[in-house]
Amino acid sequence: MANVALTGLKKSYGPVDVIKGVDIAIEDGEFVVFVGPSGCGKSTLLRMIAGLEDISGGTLSIGGRVVNDVPPKDRRIAMVFQSYAIFPHMTVRENVAFGLTIAKMPKKEKEAKVAEAARILQMEHLLDRRPSQLSGGQRQRVAIGRAIVREPAVFLFDEPLSNLDAALRVDMRMELAKLHQDLKATMIYVTHDQVEAMTLADKIVVLNAGVVQQVGTPLELYHSPANLFVAGFIGSPKMNLLPVTVEGVTSSSVTVGSPDLGVAMLPFRPGAVVVGDQVTLGVRPHMLGLGAGTRLPGAVQLVERLGNETIAMLRLKSGQEITAALGGDQPIRVGDRIDPGFAPTAAALFDTAGIALTRA
Amino acid sequence: MAGPAIFLIALFVIVPFIFAIGLSFTNQRLVSPNPAQFVGVDNYQQLLGVATLTLDPVRDAAGALVRDEAGAATYPALRGYTRKNPDYPGLDGMREWFSFTLGEARTFVLAKDVVFMTAILNTVVFVLIVAPAQGGLALLLALLINQKLRGINLFRAIYFMPVVVSIVVVSLLWRFIYDGNSGLLNNLLAFLSFGTFRPVDWLGTKETALGAIIVMSIWQAVGFHMVIWLSGLQTISPTLYEASAIEGASKWQTFRYVTWPGLRNTAVLILIVITMQAFGLFSQIDVMTRGGPLDSTQTIVFQAVQRGYGKQDISGGSTISVILFAIVLSISLIQRWLTREKR
Repeated sequence: MANVALTGLKKSYGPVDVIKGVDIAIEDGEFVVFVGPSGCGKSTLLRMIAGLEDISGGTLSIGGRVVNDVPPKDRRIAMVFQSYAIFPHMTVRENVAFGLTIAKMPKKEKEAKVAEAARILQMEHLLDRRPSQLSGGQRQRVAIGRAIVREPAVFLFDEPLSNLDAALRVDMRMELAKLHQDLKATMIYVTHDQVEAMTLADKIVVLNAGVVQQVGTPLELYHSPANLFVAGFIGSPKMNLLPVTVEGVTSSSVTVGSPDLGVAMLPFRPGAVVVGDQVTLGVRPHMLGLGAGTRLPGAVQLVERLGNETIAMLRLKSGQEITAALGGDQPIRVGDRIDPGFAPTAAALFDTAGIALTRA
Repeated sequence: MAGPAIFLIALFVIVPFIFAIGLSFTNQRLVSPNPAQFVGVDNYQQLLGVATLTLDPVRDAAGALVRDEAGAATYPALRGYTRKNPDYPGLDGMREWFSFTLGEARTFVLAKDVVFMTAILNTVVFVLIVAPAQGGLALLLALLINQKLRGINLFRAIYFMPVVVSIVVVSLLWRFIYDGNSGLLNNLLAFLSFGTFRPVDWLGTKETALGAIIVMSIWQAVGFHMVIWLSGLQTISPTLYEASAIEGASKWQTFRYVTWPGLRNTAVLILIVITMQAFGLFSQIDVMTRGGPLDSTQTIVFQAVQRGYGKQDISGGSTISVILFAIVLSISLIQRWLTREKR
């Protein structure tokens, strides 16, 4: 068990900087998810922690020990890959025991550990099969088993569920959460799937273009995104972002206006925002309801009925389209004019640079 | 659509194949006024006939061994048994291949065609040395050049170059290298040993000729097999190497647990290809030694060509080809069986 600290971590390929100075502190036993769009550097960051990529700058320490130049095997880590990376010519048992075989562990001890891992992952019946006889989910289970027997301080997962079909992904996600509860080990998990991030993480790190955008619990990210990137990336359907003009500020409120919105007073500290600034109002589709609040009237363009909620796409006066996720089964049809509203305290406001204002 | 292809394959592959089998049962000659006759398995008996004859040493009237000047026991002349001896009809026309002594009696192994037996033996020796040496060396080279280094393509090109050059040209060049007087090899060895090395006529000496051809043959085709290994190496997923690095495998362990199992199918292919090519040994012999000196570099295919065209004995040549086919086929089947995937 160990904490992991990334301090000013950098990676460059020649003149191209891929990771531009990342600082993250991961507590012992924490489940941290790196999330971001393709090419944001999250996998590179994980591979740097694993020791599969060199570190160009900054320090990486695991359990208080700087491991920048320590080979992967001595970092007390185990890694699970997207493509499973299990050895096709070995049985499941041999695969799980691989690291122990390499370390020349006595046979008895080895078998006990494999049996224990198989019990945890409920795959005792698979031990004598070969990878070609396993389904994708079972293969990933084998890869996780190989990680477990090493008893690492830190588990690294590189998009482990991306090659699985949707139903299996949900099952495996729950199993991973359970595994984390049982083992209480530090886990670092990379994914581009925000649902995985939201459901698994104690702490999410949102990355974009090699820079950390925000670090926080899933709900912090959902309710208080630090900037426009995080606001747009976390949450499904996406947060509606409306351009508005600042019409007045007080120490604890900002009054904004736009043709769609009319005028609304929002409880934010203005910071450097002044009257006349073009800022962005963020309203999550799930914050919109047909009850009271600040109204956003529009014409219904598209209706998706999911039973538990009705997702409507509206065209506002200015022509901008927004999404509203209305609770329950709403009797609305394409062409209807509706005016859903939101509570000003639930909205988010971003200044001209895209940085969120703090709520008053 | 497949018509022309089938026609061409039939014309140039299937018909000659059947022809060869057919001819091997006749006494057809290349240019002969006499019609060919069916002779059954005569040709095969002529080539493969082997027998043993155990003879007691010659004793004088008193029962003591008759010894030659060197003091060794003497044996009755073999001629007496193999030339129209009515008591030994099976040995008629045979010659001594080799002999060994057990106690006092000496056992002679006789063959109808000693040269062909030597050819089979030489070919087998060639295959047994070339297949593992060439395959192993090619794998070593492939592992060396399967890295991301500056200018690695230059090395790949250099190792592959001998493959592109015709084997006849290569053989001619190596004749200069192996030359007995001022060949490159002799000069090099003399230089390295400060002149104490006595020049050897590598291709003209019975003991070294086959070895010299083996070395050259390995060198010539090693690049080809290197490329096949390389393609096999590149099918192994890089994540498997990463996984084994994280698990702490050493270089040797990585090779043993990841690389070698991943090369299994490539290894089977290479083994079979090298074996087939080695059994077909001909051009080097034809250019460099023509089977000599003293038949020490006779090979099966060289014999087939010499008989079929040199001596115009096309049925004899065909028979050798069919025998070679049977040998190669059975070896391939054995290799496939030995290297089958065990489930």
